[in-house]
Amino acid sequence: MSERLMQLEVLRYNPESDGETRFQSYEVPCRDEWVVLDALNYVKEHLDPTLSYRWSCHMAVCGSCGMMVNGEPKLACKAFVRDYPEHIRIEPLAHFPVERDLVTVIEDFVSKLASVKPYLIPKKEQPLSSGEYLQTPAQLKKYKQYTLCINCMLCYSACPEYGLIPAFIGPAAITLAHRYNQDSRDGGRNERQEVIAQQVGVWECNFVGACSEVCPKHVDPASALQQVKVASTMDWYKEHLMPWLNK
Amino acid sequence: MEIIQTDVAIIGAGGAGLRAAIGLVEADPRLRVALISKVYPMRSHTCAAEGGAAGVVKGDDSLQHHFHDTVGGGDWLSDQDAVEYFVREAPGELTQLEHWGCPWSREPNGSVAVRPFGGMKIQRTWFAADKSGFHILHTLFQTSLKYPAIERYDEYYATDLLVDDGRCQGLMAIEMRSGRIVRFNAKAVIIATGGAGRMFPFTTNGAIKTGDGMALAYRAGVPLKDMEFVQYHPTGLPNTGILLTEACRGEGGVLVNKHGRRYLQDYDMGPETPLGHPVLKTMELGPRDRVSQAFYHEQQKGNTISTPWGDCTLLDMRHLGQKVIDERLPFVRELSTSYLSVDPVTDPVPVRPVVHYMMGGIHTNSKAATPLAGLFAAGECACVSINGANRLGSNSLTEIVVFGKRAALSAAEYVSSGSRRGNEAALAAKAVQSQARIRSLFEKTNGTETIAGLRGEMMQTMEKNAGIYRTAEGLQEACAKLSELRSRYPNIGLHDKTNVYNTDLLQALELGCMLDCAEAVARGALERKESRGAHQRLDFTARDDVKYLKHTMAYYHPKEPARIDYLDVVITTSKPGVRDYSGAKK
Repeated sequence: MSERLMQLEVLRYNPESDGETRFQSYEVPCRDEWVVLDALNYVKEHLDPTLSYRWSCHMAVCGSCGMMVNGEPKLACKAFVRDYPEHIRIEPLAHFPVERDLVTVIEDFVSKLASVKPYLIPKKEQPLSSGEYLQTPAQLKKYKQYTLCINCMLCYSACPEYGLIPAFIGPAAITLAHRYNQDSRDGGRNERQEVIAQQVGVWECNFVGACSEVCPKHVDPASALQQVKVASTMDWYKEHLMPWLNK
Repeated sequence: MEIIQTDVAIIGAGGAGLRAAIGLVEADPRLRVALISKVYPMRSHTCAAEGGAAGVVKGDDSLQHHFHDTVGGGDWLSDQDAVEYFVREAPGELTQLEHWGCPWSREPNGSVAVRPFGGMKIQRTWFAADKSGFHILHTLFQTSLKYPAIERYDEYYATDLLVDDGRCQGLMAIEMRSGRIVRFNAKAVIIATGGAGRMFPFTTNGAIKTGDGMALAYRAGVPLKDMEFVQYHPTGLPNTGILLTEACRGEGGVLVNKHGRRYLQDYDMGPETPLGHPVLKTMELGPRDRVSQAFYHEQQKGNTISTPWGDCTLLDMRHLGQKVIDERLPFVRELSTSYLSVDPVTDPVPVRPVVHYMMGGIHTNSKAATPLAGLFAAGECACVSINGANRLGSNSLTEIVVFGKRAALSAAEYVSSGSRRGNEAALAAKAVQSQARIRSLFEKTNGTETIAGLRGEMMQTMEKNAGIYRTAEGLQEACAKLSELRSRYPNIGLHDKTNVYNTDLLQALELGCMLDCAEAVARGALERKESRGAHQRLDFTARDDVKYLKHTMAYYHPKEPARIDYLDVVITTSKPGVRDYSGAKK
């Protein structure tokens, strides 16, 4: 196992004593297989117990440790130090207010998730005693990819629209709505459309595609958003040009 | 001090806590529920569970089979009334998750698919590829958003239960964003905080699994039960401890030593089964305790492979082919490729046993009630006990929903039975006392001990002395070390004096919890002079049903070692017998 001395330049912010953010450097002897999170844990254990950041699973599934690594949104537990030069700059996720150091305020994201009614609204409610709703592997496949979002918010951090217009519901939340809309068991699309088809919904998206590029779970939110746009456009045509379809 | 009034407070918002919250508002929509967690719900460690959840659903299966697999798998330390309830409720709860949208993997006809799992005689493990826990957690979290009566307190760290008049009446917590200490007044409290694997250095458990809820109950006088039973999962990645699910073997992966021999046949789990055709309850589908113990013996014989991260055996999945691996085990492929640079499609993956799960925990009865009135517990933090001396893979995801709901029903019943008004003056005094304890830890300036230092020493002694095989000598050393660490703990110095999101303070509190839990593990293990399930003594190698067909009950003392007592196991229909995992031999 080879070891390399890395220079970590970490954004610090203490809301009780700092007027503005600053950077602090740490020298960390990093093992070859380490991820950036291991380097931060080294700092916390050996160099500076005051450094604050969120983490838990260390296996890219809990979604806690999103941060900017050399300017790109990454999961710290999946960004390998071997992929970086000796100097790594670590900042909190862009587009979110900083609570302290690398910890951001994420209430806006959490409330947007909740706003899209991200739960099954059954087409026809069956009692539990009648067993599971049937769903073929092909029906499952239609939405499965969109269930894989870990809510890490890297896509919000990469999205230029969210940076400009904070009211934008954003990639992960719209993708989650789309996940339920595409579920063969669900009949709640109309209720969700009220939220996601509005102006700050899917129409804010300019299809830059950065969300899909940074997604660590390959959910491809950009494709979900484009599908929502197409479906919403179809709704409009049906409603305005082919009103007899609604009768 | 702010006081938040609620009817039921739940500590922990993982699978069990979320299921309890939904269960409460469905049982009685007028109930106010406070869901309190040190992390946002979707960060909870339920998300890391991979393989699946056991529940009888197919025509060739029966509740009796699930019962016997579980009781035998637990080496007869499970309470059989609780297991009966568990297997009966399991199918309905898993179907409930389906009705809430859980993307279970399916058969071609659209019904839910099941897969084989270790120690299970019939295929009964429901799965969502190899991210079952992740999908269960997100399904529950998203479903919980339907209910405005569930008030979430995300990133609040619970520090003490408020107990007066023999009843639990609330808790104290730190709001991490501000550092404020708040008091929750509740008619009932449910603890659902998960495990404590972080007391060991090499674990599949996330950083948050520090035994907080176990310690809360323990310090409030509730015994911790069967804490010495710590499960090693046989297949962790050697450098990080990342879990490779048992489903790898359920799908047909095999374990081989450095000579290429499928060594489990040498440990009463043979005869060897044909490659790619796993046989239930045989070879690689043996129970976790036996499979992990076999590793130890292979290591003693020099049959393991040495790697920079310690001795390993190999988990070979190559014969499954890329299609099966990508469809059934995509996360396993992603994890071993990214974190170990080994692609299971083309190469065998080095693995070694890793601390995974606490069978023990807060003593509850089969209704999820603790002996302390008003206090309930569910999930890994609790010990009902359905898992006995060794949990079978895929029973714990089912346990969180079955007993999460059970805790909700019991708590709702308790609240509606009309609890007496608390003595406000006494509760307020206890709240002030609790606040003072946290403030003094926070403000102390002349500490000589460090969190990382004490934590490191704790982990080292646990790994060395309380691992897969144990001896009186080693356990005595662990007990002495843990006593010493507990006495040094008050000398910790905190460097971080900021109120906002102070992880230095949090880690100090978490360390205190782990030290108390670890002491219960070591003490319980020292006193249990037999080998059963996951507790193996080199100096007492046989199971002793005369003396130890009993639960260990550890009672807390702030300075002295835990006091150990015993409680009879509940046996209904299954008398202790021989655990046989060589089905093909007959």
